[in-house]
Amino acid sequence: MLNVSLKTEQEFRSDFGLKPVTRFNVDNYKTALVDGNLGSYFVNSVFYTIVTVFLIVIISSLAAYSFSRLNFPGKNVIFFMFLAAMMIPLPAGFVPVYILLNKLHLINRTGYILAMTNMGLSLSIYMLRTFFDQLPRDLEDAARIDGCNRLQIWWNVGLPLVAPALAVVIIFNTLNVWNEFVLASLMFTEDKLMPLQVGLMEIYNRNIIQHTLIMAALAVAALPIILLYLRMQKQIIKGLTAGAVVG
Amino acid sequence: MHDSLSDKFKNFSFVLPAFLIFCIFYVYPFIYTFVLSFQRGDAISSLEFVGWSNFKEILFYDKDWWQSMYNSAFITFWALTFQNILAFCLALGVDRATRTGKIYRVIFFILPVLSEIIIGLLMREILVSDPGIFNQWLKKAGLGFFAIDWLGKDRVLLTTALVHCWKGFGWAFVILLAGLQTIPEQLYEAARIDGANAWQTFCRVTFPLLMPVIAVVFVLTILGTMQAFAMILALTRGAGGLTQVPVMRIYNHLRGNQVGLACAEGVVLGILLIIVSFTMLHISKQIRKRWGVLPN
Amino acid sequence: MRPALRLVKILTVILLLASGCAQQKSTSKKIVIWHWMNDRKPAFETLSKQYKEKTGIDVEFKLFFPPDIYSQKVIAAARAGNLPEIFGILGEKRTVGSFVKAGYILDLTPYMEAGNNAWKDSFYNQALEVTIFKPGNTYGVTPGIYGVPIDTTLIEFIYNKKLFSDAGIDPNQPPKTLAEFIAYAKKIKASQKVNGFVCGWGEGWLLDCLATEWAINLMGEEKFFKTIQGTVPYTDKDWITVFSLFAELRDAGILSPNITTMINKEAEDQFSKGQAAFSFNGSWTVNVYKQLGPDLNYGFFPLPKISEKFPAKIWGGAGAAFIVNSHSPNKEEAVKLLQWLTEKPQQEFLIKETNNLPAIRNCDENIPTVLKPLLKDLTILTHPNIWPYNEDSRVIEVIDKGLQQIVMGIKTPEEVAHEIQAVKKRVLAK
Repeated sequence: MLNVSLKTEQEFRSDFGLKPVTRFNVDNYKTALVDGNLGSYFVNSVFYTIVTVFLIVIISSLAAYSFSRLNFPGKNVIFFMFLAAMMIPLPAGFVPVYILLNKLHLINRTGYILAMTNMGLSLSIYMLRTFFDQLPRDLEDAARIDGCNRLQIWWNVGLPLVAPALAVVIIFNTLNVWNEFVLASLMFTEDKLMPLQVGLMEIYNRNIIQHTLIMAALAVAALPIILLYLRMQKQIIKGLTAGAVVG
Repeated sequence: MHDSLSDKFKNFSFVLPAFLIFCIFYVYPFIYTFVLSFQRGDAISSLEFVGWSNFKEILFYDKDWWQSMYNSAFITFWALTFQNILAFCLALGVDRATRTGKIYRVIFFILPVLSEIIIGLLMREILVSDPGIFNQWLKKAGLGFFAIDWLGKDRVLLTTALVHCWKGFGWAFVILLAGLQTIPEQLYEAARIDGANAWQTFCRVTFPLLMPVIAVVFVLTILGTMQAFAMILALTRGAGGLTQVPVMRIYNHLRGNQVGLACAEGVVLGILLIIVSFTMLHISKQIRKRWGVLPN
Repeated sequence: MRPALRLVKILTVILLLASGCAQQKSTSKKIVIWHWMNDRKPAFETLSKQYKEKTGIDVEFKLFFPPDIYSQKVIAAARAGNLPEIFGILGEKRTVGSFVKAGYILDLTPYMEAGNNAWKDSFYNQALEVTIFKPGNTYGVTPGIYGVPIDTTLIEFIYNKKLFSDAGIDPNQPPKTLAEFIAYAKKIKASQKVNGFVCGWGEGWLLDCLATEWAINLMGEEKFFKTIQGTVPYTDKDWITVFSLFAELRDAGILSPNITTMINKEAEDQFSKGQAAFSFNGSWTVNVYKQLGPDLNYGFFPLPKISEKFPAKIWGGAGAAFIVNSHSPNKEEAVKLLQWLTEKPQQEFLIKETNNLPAIRNCDENIPTVLKPLLKDLTILTHPNIWPYNEDSRVIEVIDKGLQQIVMGIKTPEEVAHEIQAVKKRVLAK
């Protein structure tokens, strides 16, 4: 992909991206960033992604921990609802949500972030609960004897132990929010609120089919995620060693 | 341990934020969808209560609906078997080889990063038989006899399934790898001390401990595949029904302003998925019980 | 743990600030127009500047892409009362009717008829007719004119003149009958090593459109409408003849590979690169070809006939029509803007920039040369939006899919006809 993005269209047509690039051609990146206005969209996307993923991680790990370890009436029913929500598509669901958000004056960043948070919740709760269920309870019992309350146990014992799963949840949701454009273009009218993918769609839908330009735009869009993933890899290993030390 | 009422409330408060967001953004539109599924019209100015008529139409008359369910099931079958077994083997390999593993982790992760539409469009440009970049590659590699019409009627569904697996296996890989990493090293140590060979360790430690994660991957694969359509649309546009999937139909009907029908199709698909997924989870629980290695 | 807590605080502050900023609403007189036409974005922006200079009113054209999202957005905004001053509706006339019935759309008849029908008469009838609901229409909509066409579109066959001369065929004599069409395509394919015919048949509507044109040519409009009303079945021998034409095209071996999975954009790319002798596409494609293949030498020609019994009709009408939001406080200004947009200088600017046919008469001399021959075909236009009866979208869906299956060789024309008729029966029963 990077290879093709650095070529000119003619070069691509002649070798179909088989040969490695010989002469670096960054024009495609320039075009993508300046003409496609990707730069300003980029900032928006970073903002939405950070806030949304942060909310999802906190809210879903709290809920997953509670579903796995704590007791309250209706627990199984509510968990079932979250699970079922992943499975039923709501083709016309956007309209009532939009009307409600409009009434609450939330057709803005906050509304979008909340809606996106909801999209990631079910799956994250389900995944984290599975990992919590797998953990031995001894550590938590020890913490309880040491006088930790629920919140402290969740934060100090539960979360570090499921670090690898948290990393998956973070990556998964980052990707979802980062690649989202349907909800954003449905909700927003102002350019200054739009995320990166809307800009990408615009480039893709220009009439000229320019493989190299698209590849450049794709590379710009994919880079942060790949960097994040690499960083998360370290985190996973750290989480593991931390767990091993405690155990 | 018996929790007091205030304890129960505190326990519930952990779920409360998730529950609130969920009610606004899911339960409310779900009720709306459910009500619409018993109506006919475009939900702009015309709506008319028609009872079970939409459901009867889908379940008993609409051959195309069942064809699309079959297509989805076919792709799901490939994703469950081929894609997940491949992901599992690669995750196992990478889990042990920490050094070289790093590069593979990144390579396998690039595919899930790209959006479905873009994968579909790119694969189409590569597979389409005129000029056929993929076939040109095959010819250059001396495999010219293998250059066929990948999107022709006889194998368009299989091609779609393979492209889907190719894109989807990255996720299965990432989740399975995380699962493997939560298995405590001590258990492997213990197995080694007991004199278990690699295969026995796998059967006694890795596989049973990983079972819940495998169940997650299976459920996610089913959901991901049954609800996938952007890539398929971009790759084949449905190919005269040969690669049409249920979500594509729902989407078409929504666009054709048959909102009631689209909603009913959504409900039918959802119920089917719930049944399949819960059966899946139940089976995995049974397997876990039988092996009896796990806590809980 | 500490950095994480700090992150929470920072994020909360940012979130609050962000929601605070976004709630400011401008109150000055401003006209916002929502559209989906991404090829016209720059032209619209220039026009908006001109209007600001002339009247001092701000005009903002907002593009939303892709079209499917645009449609959903308009419906949601309508229900929430958030529509802009001017917008467009993509889709069937039924949808426009629903919007009218829900009271979202301003009836433009008084403006159109003011000053002795001055505005109304400036348009090509065929373009304006698409936006009119006539008395006694089947949608149950109060009669009136509910939109302003900004250009005219028609869908015709296209041929590559250079490939014609290279193959030794007179480039000024495009085929008149289907037999000629197939013969030419075969000849060019054999001698020039290109595809005979390319079209975006993965998008069913291009198939449906072509089938409709042939059906009207073979059985006449009267019988065609009877089919829609349900008195003539799709299993009628004329219909089977129409469906069989697609099998004939397939058997002639002139179709581009993977044609039934191809989107229009891809077909346009292929034709513009000289890789196919014929295509079937709308007049908007002139703008696309100009960008994809500036040197392409091509021409339009009407439907290759299959019968002499009835005249051939051509699918066409208003390309895009703008609609005024009846609830907007600025609707008078919005109407004025649309009147200005459909004046001669602005229309000439638009056709020059976007290579379309104008919505109004008397711009003939400025029409792109390749489109000029199309003007004479404006008299034989047909379009679902002007038919007295319309086919149910479920039936159209089955027709589109059936035709794709015939082309792919999965089903015979007879099988497809029976399937269509089965669905038609169920729809009629309701």
